[in-house]
Amino acid sequence: MDTDYKYEPKNGLTRWLDSRLPLMRFTSEHVLQFPTPKNLNYFWTFGFILTMCLVTQIITGIILAMHYAPSTLLAFDSVEHIMRNVNYGWLIRYIHSNGASMFFLAVFIHMFRGLYYGSYKEPREVIWILGCIIYLLMIVTAFMGYVLPWGQMSFWGATVIINLVGTLPLIGESLTQMLLGGFAVDNPTLNRFFSLHYLLPFIIFGVVLLHIWALHVPGNNNPVGLSVQGKQDTVAFHPYYTVKDFFAYTVFLLLFCYFIFYNPNALGHADNYIEADAMVTPAHIVPEWYLLPFYAILRAVPDKLAGVLLMFGAIAVLFFLPWLDTAKVRSGRYRPIFRYFYVLFVIDCLILGYLGAQVPEGIYLFLSRVTTIYYFAFFLLVLPILGRIEKMKPMPIGISNSELSRDMVAAE
Amino acid sequence: MLKLIKIKSLILIFSVFFALSNEAYSAGGETYDLIKPGFSFEGPTGTYDRAQLRRGYQVYREVCASCHSMKQLAFRNLSQKGGPEYTEDDAKLFASEYTVIDGFDDYGDPVERTRILSDRFPNPYDSKEAAKASNNGAYPPDLSLITKARSGGYNYIYSLLQGYGKEIPEGTEISDTLSYNPWFPGNGIAMYQPLYEESVEYEDGTFASIEQMSADVTAFLAWSAEPEMEERKRLGFIVMSFLIIFVLLMFFTTTRLWKDVH
Repeated sequence: MDTDYKYEPKNGLTRWLDSRLPLMRFTSEHVLQFPTPKNLNYFWTFGFILTMCLVTQIITGIILAMHYAPSTLLAFDSVEHIMRNVNYGWLIRYIHSNGASMFFLAVFIHMFRGLYYGSYKEPREVIWILGCIIYLLMIVTAFMGYVLPWGQMSFWGATVIINLVGTLPLIGESLTQMLLGGFAVDNPTLNRFFSLHYLLPFIIFGVVLLHIWALHVPGNNNPVGLSVQGKQDTVAFHPYYTVKDFFAYTVFLLLFCYFIFYNPNALGHADNYIEADAMVTPAHIVPEWYLLPFYAILRAVPDKLAGVLLMFGAIAVLFFLPWLDTAKVRSGRYRPIFRYFYVLFVIDCLILGYLGAQVPEGIYLFLSRVTTIYYFAFFLLVLPILGRIEKMKPMPIGISNSELSRDMVAAE
Repeated sequence: MLKLIKIKSLILIFSVFFALSNEAYSAGGETYDLIKPGFSFEGPTGTYDRAQLRRGYQVYREVCASCHSMKQLAFRNLSQKGGPEYTEDDAKLFASEYTVIDGFDDYGDPVERTRILSDRFPNPYDSKEAAKASNNGAYPPDLSLITKARSGGYNYIYSLLQGYGKEIPEGTEISDTLSYNPWFPGNGIAMYQPLYEESVEYEDGTFASIEQMSADVTAFLAWSAEPEMEERKRLGFIVMSFLIIFVLLMFFTTTRLWKDVH
């Protein structure tokens, strides 16, 4: 994006470096002085929070891998060894296991923010798609990570999900074999999951860099949804947003630390403290809370393949969002009818999450069908149609100018 | 103000989700809620009661240990900080009551020696199969993590231990090899009533009622599942105190910095 600010090397050394490796120029123009809309609210702090989540998971994960043994005979006991004998091993593991939940909590808020303020709309489609790829990678990484402690839910969760993959036409069978490395979830499965669980975060890190790169081309969206018109609309990223983001992060840390220190197992399932046993099936096999909405969609239909396709479709549909939403106005603030559908959609997702933890019978099954229908209807019907017929509310002329724009006033 | 309401409603939604985990157990129309006696280790500052852990260890050693292993515990854990905190000599004494096969001598014969601090608790059975054979085909679970491994946690264990001797409601069929226990899923449990009044004679003179022994052994099992709990809460207090001050400082810094941006 156009900036008035240009980096000027101040002395001989930085001039010398600048013409060889413009590291200082890059940092200055893309981090310190990067012009950022001055009206961002606290929902925009989650980008920074998510970066910190990723870094935390990678650091704690590397330390855990130093003590963990990826073998069906040793995995469960090696996790307990970390919890009991490794110095502050319990702390590192609780940070890592609760960190996954906090990561998803933050990514949900981040995505719902993007959805409300139209951050996926032209010219930010690629940012959104890269974000969807990160989200997909996060799901895969978290699923594989959950298998590693080799508890009952690890084992049976893996069994259920890999069976589902097997229902896919054409690729199903070979994909299942590749994931399992045998005929059932066993040592080869655990080994490759460990390997991939270590690899994927670094791929996520790479896609995050692309995500930020793509963000730095048009610059941030903002709550008004109007493009930045000049210097009066922006402030330098540092110190304004470094400080604000860090403040938000410390508040986020309060919640994070509450779980780590005072309720470290609240978000997990009791059965995962029982060592995996292929001969004993748990009464209810449920995934971690952040996957529950998709689990509810999966079980909403009687046909297994249809359920699997719907579940993958629920994520796939996100990739097409930039073209499904036909409204030109970005921010939900100026879309009076969209706002209702949006709030309904958020509630719908929460209900889906609740239903994912219930046995799909009777009223729960009925509700999960209704909520699944609305989930897809929101993307495939509401957004394409609403954009054409909705009458927008009057908008300001610019980010710094709260005067209403002339054509919008005329439209009123 | 509006932002505050938004944040409040978010917190409300999350607390509703967490509150849903409270469970009730039903048997033949009668609903049994978990008995919650209120343990000393509950709450953000709760700690284990050393005397209770020691009594609990005695109940485990004299009753539970005949069928249940605790493979994650070593004898040295008995003297570590945040646990029963026996003296090292006492822990050594407990260990020396058991033997272990430790390698082979020059003739290839197994060497048996008494256990030392670094040894784990002994397993009452040589194999899972042997355990099942002695218990009507049911495997007595390892107890090291039991309070974390059951929904309802320590209150479930406490309730279960007292769930014997209740009248079987009409319409409930319990097979001969099982005992009726309203808190056990399915109500038929392979474990016979383990605790009777004065099953143990407490060294500290406490009267060994079923409630007392249930509470004591439950506390011991809770410690075994979370031996780091006291250290965790202590560190948590320091971290949270620091964070709260830091959040305030960051809040004032942010407001001050942004005050001239319009």
